[in-house]
Parts: sequence; structure tokens; C-alpha cells
Amino acid sequence: MFDMLARRALQSALVVLVMSVLAFAGIHLVGDPVYLLVPPDAPQAEIARATRQMGLDLPLHQQYGRFLWNAVHGDLGNSFIFNRPALALIFERMPATLELAVFALLLSAAIGIPFGMWSGMHPGSAVQKIAMGFSILGVSVPVFWLGLILIMLFSVSLGWLPSGGRGPTTSLFGIEVSFLGWDGLRFMLLPACTLALHNIALVMRITEASTREVAGQEYVRFARAKGVGPLRLVWRHIAPNVMIPVVTVLGLEFAHLIAFSLVTETIFAWPGMGKLIIDSLLQLDRPVVVAYLMVVLLLYVLINFVVDVLYLLLDPRLRARSA
Amino acid sequence: MALLEVRGLVTEFHTAAGVARALDGVSFALERGKVLGIVGESGSGKSVTALSLMNLLDGPGRIGAGEIVLAGEDLRRASEQRWRALRGDRIAMVFQDPMMSLNPVLRIGDQLAETVALHYRKDRAAIREQVAEALRRVGIAAPRERMRAYPHELSGGMRQRVAIANAIINRPDLIIADEPTTALDVTIQAQILYEMKALVRESGTALIWITHDIGVVKDLADELCVMYAGSVIEHGPVAEVLAHPRHPYTRGLIDSLPDAGAMGGIDGMGGTAGTRRRLYSIPGATPPLLALPPGCAFSPRCGRAAALCATRPPAVAEGARAHRCFYPLERA
Amino acid sequence: MLARRFLRRHAGVAAAAFLLLLVLLAALAPLVAPQDPYDLGQVWIMENERPPLSRSDDGRRLFLLGTDGAGRDMASAILYGLRISLAIGIGSALVALLLGIVVGLAAAYYGGRIDAALMRIVDVQLSLPTILVALVLLAVLGQGVDKTLMALVLVQWATFARNVRGAAMVERGKDYIEAAVGQGLPAWRIMLRHVLPNCWAPLIVTTTNQMASAITLEATMSFLGIGLPQTEPSLGLLISNGFDYVLAHQYWISVFPGVALVLLVVSVSVIGDQLRIVLNPKLDA
Repeated sequence: MFDMLARRALQSALVVLVMSVLAFAGIHLVGDPVYLLVPPDAPQAEIARATRQMGLDLPLHQQYGRFLWNAVHGDLGNSFIFNRPALALIFERMPATLELAVFALLLSAAIGIPFGMWSGMHPGSAVQKIAMGFSILGVSVPVFWLGLILIMLFSVSLGWLPSGGRGPTTSLFGIEVSFLGWDGLRFMLLPACTLALHNIALVMRITEASTREVAGQEYVRFARAKGVGPLRLVWRHIAPNVMIPVVTVLGLEFAHLIAFSLVTETIFAWPGMGKLIIDSLLQLDRPVVVAYLMVVLLLYVLINFVVDVLYLLLDPRLRARSA
Repeated sequence: MALLEVRGLVTEFHTAAGVARALDGVSFALERGKVLGIVGESGSGKSVTALSLMNLLDGPGRIGAGEIVLAGEDLRRASEQRWRALRGDRIAMVFQDPMMSLNPVLRIGDQLAETVALHYRKDRAAIREQVAEALRRVGIAAPRERMRAYPHELSGGMRQRVAIANAIINRPDLIIADEPTTALDVTIQAQILYEMKALVRESGTALIWITHDIGVVKDLADELCVMYAGSVIEHGPVAEVLAHPRHPYTRGLIDSLPDAGAMGGIDGMGGTAGTRRRLYSIPGATPPLLALPPGCAFSPRCGRAAALCATRPPAVAEGARAHRCFYPLERA
Repeated sequence: MLARRFLRRHAGVAAAAFLLLLVLLAALAPLVAPQDPYDLGQVWIMENERPPLSRSDDGRRLFLLGTDGAGRDMASAILYGLRISLAIGIGSALVALLLGIVVGLAAAYYGGRIDAALMRIVDVQLSLPTILVALVLLAVLGQGVDKTLMALVLVQWATFARNVRGAAMVERGKDYIEAAVGQGLPAWRIMLRHVLPNCWAPLIVTTTNQMASAITLEATMSFLGIGLPQTEPSLGLLISNGFDYVLAHQYWISVFPGVALVLLVVSVSVIGDQLRIVLNPKLDA
């Protein structure tokens, strides 16, 4: 089992390396950031000096080499705009993004799983039809439009919730979080729900499909044949089997939520990592963009790895196969 | 009094395409400690009989009429709670494919322990001992270590033994085995049959053994029930039915066996191994339940069918035997 | 017989009919739309920000869904936007499908190291967040219809490749393929005429799902300001343009294009869902 995990770890490291090359090379084709420091009509000498200062005069592979060397030491360069370490900027913004992602994940589990399981066990019921209808809508409504509608409804028309920004935060173990007080929570509700909708729908569909399959299995009938009642049947026999694919999907979706939050953050002006990268992209702040890509990528790889381990733990059949 | 009496059992499936009568008046009785073999092709209603006896029919299936009496108790009047108390304790079932019937994420020891704990209040150590005992009785060595295994870690034969252990663990009055050896290879099949015979004899449990293969039941069963398209078309002590079948379908089944010659084959001369003849199969196919022919369901395939067969033959009892045919084969 | 089974599913038929309607309206937009919103001669700034069901100043035209900040009739803008959204969404999915088929079939047929290498690339691509890949690609390639198409294709092909390779591998192992190989048929012929036709069932479902997500992804990119330029306003861009007006209670500029987008994506999704049920007999109750 361990050598399989080791192989996966190695593969993940390779992915990160490859992506670092691509990200670095790709970003370099986006505009010429020297004009961030000097106005376009500056004298040649100025431009040349700025170019040298930013290290932009070196050949590309040397620039990458420097980048890689620094990266391994935890230095992903300074933001051209803020003149602070790019990594620091990203870590500052990370709690805000993670807040939304975690909230969305919990919401999708809390709503998606029960409704999905009920629908799977009672095909053709009213609940199932409504749930499945809702889930199609949920995966089809674009996140940005949903945010718009929610803002329209709850901010503009009803005036219940704010339409953007992050509320007052409290410090939890040194990290700034906003969900601990109602003031902070108010600001978090709309963006988190917007982000969550697609996920709720997805979890509902996957849980429904998984439950439908499990409920039809012979071992469910076997359990009934020895006298297992309906509650115990669901809890002890059906749910553990349903959860195997569902948990893996939840895990993978968490990574997706972190990346996808950039759209939500843009709509609600939520100061997370995502908003940072959009701004940085449009302003050609290369180090920040590259740093963001690397961080998100690493998170992705890490989460995928954890999901693999979880999967192994949940399904005893896999443990044997990889032993 | 017989342990189990089934009279006129009717089971119907309400589908979008119509109501299919899977069981059309099935009747039989079973004494304690005896083995009843139910034989028939796919679609004859054998599995439906098993599920009906356990009240485990799927959604569209429902028992329409008839009586099921177990040790004097009218089961059709029983509540679902009563059924749950009976299942696994007084009536137990063994399914066909043990890979599918054991829950893959639970250890076999836990699954067996659950069967006990559902019906009896015992402490953990006592239950564990009972589980080990049951595993020992089905011939699994080192039961205390094996208990911790997951189903996929065992071979097919072992898994089916576990399923049997699950059935016997509470010493039920009746075990229903639905094609329990069909999914196993032939050598294991023989072992399991042998062990089942011993178990039944030693514990006095009644056993219903459902199969499509007569060869399997002829040594195990005391009585034989032959089913076709939802009806019992012949019934009686095993040796007599096989030696002198009254219903043409039974005859056809016997003749389809590769070693039919050894049982007094077509030519009626107890042939020896080495008698060369072509493999016989009954012409035609089982009719679909939604489109049964009128009268005797076997008539389209029967060489002896005549005008009278367009009405349903009633069950004719002859001592311990019974058959449903207007033109039965000659008595011995 | 597949068509007949599909036709029995009411939801699928309704969705397909609706989609057909949308496609027709979009294709015939120049004829059907009351106004060409990008012909400056037909647009008056004085008529801007009119609510739905209001009339033009000369009383002759009805703005069914209102006008936007520049005086363009929303209904017409939506029809033209629908065109672009449909074209890019469906177009990119189809090109990605083609690319995926080539790669998937090649991997399945040649097997061994070629398969391993190709699938490694596919795996890497699929383990990356789509939105980030699209973002970076578009940032690098710049704005434009062709570049957006390219980015969408690059984001989608891997899913198709994996699906095709999976189905093709299953077929590859079957005896009739061995027979064909034994007969000396050339590789491309075997793959195209024998393997591929048997893989199309799950592929159809994947294609519809991908179309839906391509449309949504393009809308998202346009909304963020990367992707399509202002001259080719898809529904996403319309929504983006109307965003600021929401706070001023002029909801129609953003909401109606959004409704159109949602209806489009829902109908494609429903068709895909119904196809999936029809193709899998166990689900067809």
C-alpha cells in the first residue's frame, strides 16, 4: 500500500514541476511588466535599468532557474505592484478564500447527502423528482449570475445582507476569520451560498446515483433477510457503501471550490486569493500570478493525495489490492 | 403437523406492462428435519417462492392470495415487525452469489455477530463464541482469526460457507437456500452439499433447496417439487418422481441430464456410462409471465398436448405424490 | 430504437424541442430580432435604460425586455448573444471531441508505452483546475473568438480522450477486433469503422455535458473580462455589462441574458441526463 502512495506522491511532484515550467513560461508571454515601474515614454536608459533590476534581461531559462532556486527556498519573488513577497500576499488572503470554500463544502455535504440518499432509496417519489430537478438547475446556473440574483434579492430589494466586501474579522489562532461573529458572518453568507450551490447540486446527484446502486445490491437484501430493520439498514449497511464515492467527490470538489472561488470573489469583492489573481492578471503583476498558480496547484495536489488515502481507508477491498 | 404449510400461494408483480403472476397457486408442505428440493428453469418462479416465504419481495411484487403457515402461525397476518423477528432467527435464507450477498465493507465476524445480536441479548464474548462455533460447524478452520476477514479476502467456497453459517447461527426452524451452489465450481459444490446434508441431519432443521439442476438435489432432497411458469406441476418423494415421473415436463428435465441413461433414460433401459446418445433438450422456451398460454403453460412444448390442455389442469393427488396433467405419463 | 426510447421521455423531448427553438432563433437572429443592436444606426442613446415592455420614443417599437445602457434592445441583444454563446460552446466541444477521439483511439489501439505516455498527459491535464487553465490560457493568448475557441478546446479535449480511450480499450479486448486484426485490416480502419461505432453511447452523454460546461465556461470568462472581446458580445459579456445597473434597480440588463443562458444550459443538461438514462437500461424505470 505504501509504495502505491509513494508512487502517487512522486507523480504529483512531477505534475507540480511541469506546471511550474508552463506557468512561468506562459506568464512571460503576457505583456511586458517593465512598464509597471517606468512610464512608456521614459528614456531608454531608464527602461534598460528597470529591465535589469527586474531580471527581465536574462534569457528565459535562466530566469526560470533563478525562480526555481528561490522557490525551493520559499521565495516566489516580490509583487511588482505591492513590492512585497508574493507568497506573503497570498497567505494573507488565503483564510478568506478557505472560509468560503469550507463553508460551501459543509453546506453541500449537509444538504446534498441527505437529499441524495433519500432520493436514491425512493426513486419516483416527489422528493426525488424535486431534488433531481433542483440539481439540474444547480449545475446549470452560472455562478456569477447566481451571485447577481442573490445580490439583487437580498441586498438591493430586501436590504438584508451586504452586497460585497468582507466584514469585521476576529483572530482565531492568529488567523483572521469572519464567521465567528454575526457581523462578519453577514458578509460571508451570500458569497458562500453562491459558491455552494453548484456543489450542493453535484453532491446530491452523486449521492443519489450511488445510493440507487447500493440499495439494489444483494447484500442489502441479505441484511433484510436476517432481520435488519430500516434504520439500521441505512446506517450500517447502505451508508458506508454510499459514502465511498461520495467522500472522494467531496474531497476533489474542495480543491475545485478553492480554485473556482475567484469568480465569486470578483462578484462580491471578497478579498481572497482569487480576487488577487484576477487583479494581478489584469495588471500584469507576474510574480503574484505565478505564486498563486503554484500555491493552488500545490493545494490541488495535496488534496488529491489526501483523497487517495481516504479512499484506501474507506474501502477495504482496495487495501488488499494494493498490498 | 408439518413445520411449514404453503397453500395456494399467489404472487403477482404489478409492472407498467401489466400484472405478471409469478406464482399461481403454489402448495407444498415440509416436515421438520426434511429437505424439499424445488426444481425448475429460470422464470419458473422458484426464487419468487423463496422471497415470498420470507416476505422479501421487491416493490412491484405482492402476495395476492394463499396461506403460509409456519409451526402453526399464519405468517400472512404477521406484522413487518414480526417478520423481522422471524427472519434470521426462525427462518433463514442463503442466497446464490456470496460475493454479492455479503457486505463488502464489513468484516464477516461483524456480519455474523449482527445476526445474533438482532435477535438475542447477549454479551460480546458470548456472541463471539457463537460466531466461532457457527464457523466451525461449516468447516472453516481457525474461526477466531477468520472472523476478522473481509468478504473479498475469502474464496468463493469459503464465502458461501460464511453465508451458510449466517443462516444456521441461530438454529432456525427452516432454511431456504436459493441456488446456493450455482455460483461455485463443481468440486466445492459437492463439498457444500455434503456438509449441508450433515448439518440438517444433526440439527433437525428443515431445508428448502432451490435449484435448476436436478442432479444436485437427487441425493440431498427427501421430496421434490417441480415448478413451471409459476405452478407446481409435479410433487412427491424424490426417488419415485425421478424414477417414474408423471408429468411430461419432469420427464423432459430428467432426459436433459447428460447422464440420463444412469437414471433410466429415454429408452427405459438403465443405461450405463458409455451409452452414446445425443444430448436432449426440451424444444421451445419458457413462456414470458405476461404472455402465458391459456390453460396448461407447458402445452405449447408438450408432445402429448390435446384440446383439453387449453384449460388449466387441476392438481391430482396420488398418495404422497401430486401432478398437474390431463395426460400424465404411465405409472411405473 | 434508441430514438424511440428517448422520445418516450417527456423531459428529454421537451428539452430537445426547446433547444431546437433556441438554435433556430439564434441562427435566424438577423431576421427575427426587432433590431440589430450592433448597428449604430438603429440605436439611440436617448432610449437607454428603459424598463421592459416600454415603447421607443417614436412609439413604433416595443422593447420587450427593456434597453441597456446604450439604448440597445435587450431582446435583440440576447438573440445575438445566444448565437455567439451557442456557436462557441458547441463548436469548441465538437473540436475537442474530435481531438479526444484521435488521441483516445490512438492510445487504445497502440497500447503499451504510447498509451501510458498519452494517458499521463491526459491525467496531468485533468488534475488541473479547469478554470485556472482557461484563465492562464486566455491571459496568454489574448482576447478574440479564435483564441477563446482554442482555449476551450484545450480545456476540454482531455475528458473526451479519457472517455474514448476507456470505451475503446473495452472494445479492443473483444474477439471481433482480434478477428479484424487477424484479417489484416489497417489500424485506422479497425479503429474508425469497428471500434468507434461501438463507443458512441457514453460519448454522446459526455459530449452534451461538455457542451453545457463549455457554454458556462465561456460565459464565465467573458464575464471576468477575458475571452471574447466587446465586439462579440456573448451572453456572459451582456451579463457583465449589466452588472453595475443591478444596484440601481435596473435589473433587466443583467437578469434577462442570465435567464437565457440558464435556459440554454439547462436544456442541454437535461438532454444529456435523459440520454444517459435511456442508454443505461437499468435506470430506465
